[in-house]
Amino acid sequence: MTMTTKPEPTTSVATPIQNSLTAGRLPTPAPWLILGAAIAVSAAIFGVMGLAGEAGYNWGGALLVGALLYIPSIWLFSMLVEGRRRAMDRLVTALVTGAFVLAMIPLISLTITVITFGLNRFDADFFTMSMRNVTGEGGGVLHAIVGTLLMTGTAAIISIPIGLMTSIYLVEYGRGQLARGITFLVDVMTGIPSIVAGLFAYALFSIFLGPGTRTGIAGAVALAVLMIPVVVRSSEEMLRLVPNELREASYALGVPKWLTIVKVVLPTSIAGITTGIMLSIARVIGETAPLLIAAGFTQSMNWNLFDGRMSSLPVFVYTQYANQGNPPEAYLDRAWAAALTLILIVMALNLIARLVARFFAPKFGR
Amino acid sequence: MSKRIEVRDLNVYYGKFLAVEGVNLEIEPRSVTAFIGPSGCGKSTFLRTLNRMHEVIPGARVEGEVLIDGNNLYDPDVDPVLVRRQVGMVFQRPNPFPTMSIKENVLAGVKLNNKRISKSDADDLVEKSLLGANLWNEVKDRLDRPGSGLSGGQQQRLCIARAIAVAPEVILMDEPCSALDPISTLAIEDLIEELKLQYTIVIVTHNMQQASRVSDKTAFFNIAGTGKPGNLIEYADTTTIFSNPSVKATEDYVSGRFG
Ligand SMILES: Nc1ncnc2c1ncn2[C@@H]1O[C@H](COP(=O)(O)OP(=O)(O)O)[C@@H](O)[C@H]1O
Ligand SMILES: [Mg+2]
Repeated sequence: MTMTTKPEPTTSVATPIQNSLTAGRLPTPAPWLILGAAIAVSAAIFGVMGLAGEAGYNWGGALLVGALLYIPSIWLFSMLVEGRRRAMDRLVTALVTGAFVLAMIPLISLTITVITFGLNRFDADFFTMSMRNVTGEGGGVLHAIVGTLLMTGTAAIISIPIGLMTSIYLVEYGRGQLARGITFLVDVMTGIPSIVAGLFAYALFSIFLGPGTRTGIAGAVALAVLMIPVVVRSSEEMLRLVPNELREASYALGVPKWLTIVKVVLPTSIAGITTGIMLSIARVIGETAPLLIAAGFTQSMNWNLFDGRMSSLPVFVYTQYANQGNPPEAYLDRAWAAALTLILIVMALNLIARLVARFFAPKFGR
Repeated sequence: MSKRIEVRDLNVYYGKFLAVEGVNLEIEPRSVTAFIGPSGCGKSTFLRTLNRMHEVIPGARVEGEVLIDGNNLYDPDVDPVLVRRQVGMVFQRPNPFPTMSIKENVLAGVKLNNKRISKSDADDLVEKSLLGANLWNEVKDRLDRPGSGLSGGQQQRLCIARAIAVAPEVILMDEPCSALDPISTLAIEDLIEELKLQYTIVIVTHNMQQASRVSDKTAFFNIAGTGKPGNLIEYADTTTIFSNPSVKATEDYVSGRFG
């Protein structure tokens, strides 16, 4: 086939024909100008109001009212220039962005606060010492870091196999009453208040080891109770995402069901499962109440999960804040630095989860 | 290598729903048999009873007998896993394993079953199967790349290579070309022509030309209405079905005057 009528290049058109598809359009910087104007107006109003009262200038209020003013203004301008559909688009964009910014404010504020206060004691001593024989200044959180890692790690070792196998049962084998019952119980477990999990572990170990025993393993069991339902739920979602076609392809090759699960279904979903597990760890690592009850707290190093009380970072933060000694600043600084440490550990876990997920993800492309 | 299939009074159910009713059919070894018929008449359902894939669906069950060289697949002690090693299957949508390379996909039947295989045997098997599926020349330089990076037609041929690598007696294909372009379709039809020298092949297709091009015998399935079971209406040599069918419904269907 040969093209005989090639479209002429339209570089030198004398009288451009009005394109019927064009519509009015706000210039690109217009939204920013409107936002600036809205904030300026609101700042002026606050300024006038400030003259009357004696309180200082309210910057936050000015910004907030300015942002609120921006939403109807952008809608109005867009309505005049661009028409209904675009105006609606701009309005919703403004609302959604506003909601996002609003949600970010506490996060940013929290991060800045924790970092500024936490850095006071973020030193070598802090990570190499326990609180043994420390009153007043000095001391460190090594015992709490060790406790947190030991108890969370043990909780993970308990709950990952149980949770993963439960989810495999639910997705691959479970039918009828039993599966529905398990799903219901898992949902109920998700809703257990964390302090109840702590009381459960405390009571359980009191039965066997006598009343009043607080050990690391009890804390780990409390955390596992909280962690299992999260692992079950997230792994279940991930296993359900594996297309049935892959299972059938495997069956059609004469592969038994259990091998299909181990070698096709799990590898295909491992990235998502790992992410879910890491998130569940991140969720329980910050638990305070159950550990306070089940594992208690101590000032010294304790490497033994089965003997004696064990500190953890959240409980350390709590006790430092709740039982301030003299000078109180030393206790508060330690609490902030421990909080910062905890946040950093959780961030590191999330980072690892992402790397693992990327590493395991099924590879596409040529 | 290839085997004869006999189906006797087969009823296929999804729970309480009777999807296919009263099929009697004999398939000769080393032949290509095509199943045609309107959508929803139970072609796929019936095909999947031939290697016990049907029961993978919860609640699905079968009444009647399917004999492969005289052995009833539905005898109580028959292990469906062993059946599926003899009766391979290629699905409508190409489904290579996304976590595996091209080579691993071909070896999937061996590797997934935890069988040991020496490296040279594995390489031979990969080459033989890919040659058998007419894919070797296109992928021989990138055997270690992911199988999901191939084109649709190549993926489907990879699935065929994967199916023949376990050396089945029978290969079932459920609309293997419906997701492919005409050139890939031709490649697969040529391949079926070659495969039939060694295997018994059953293929479901919506494409009349394809049925008449590749198959020796054709089975026409039909359904009386939604919610009714599908039936085998006519089963005969492909030339007979397309030129001189004995049932009016078959003639209407193959000549496009259906409904
Ligand atoms: N997984 C299933 N569960 C219940 N009914 C099904 C299922 N798959 C197919 N069916 C029903 O079985 C009948 C036959 O379907 P199918 O074998 O897919 O037809 P075809 O392949 O000829 O288009 C249809 O009525 C369909 O709704
Ligand atoms: Mg079908």
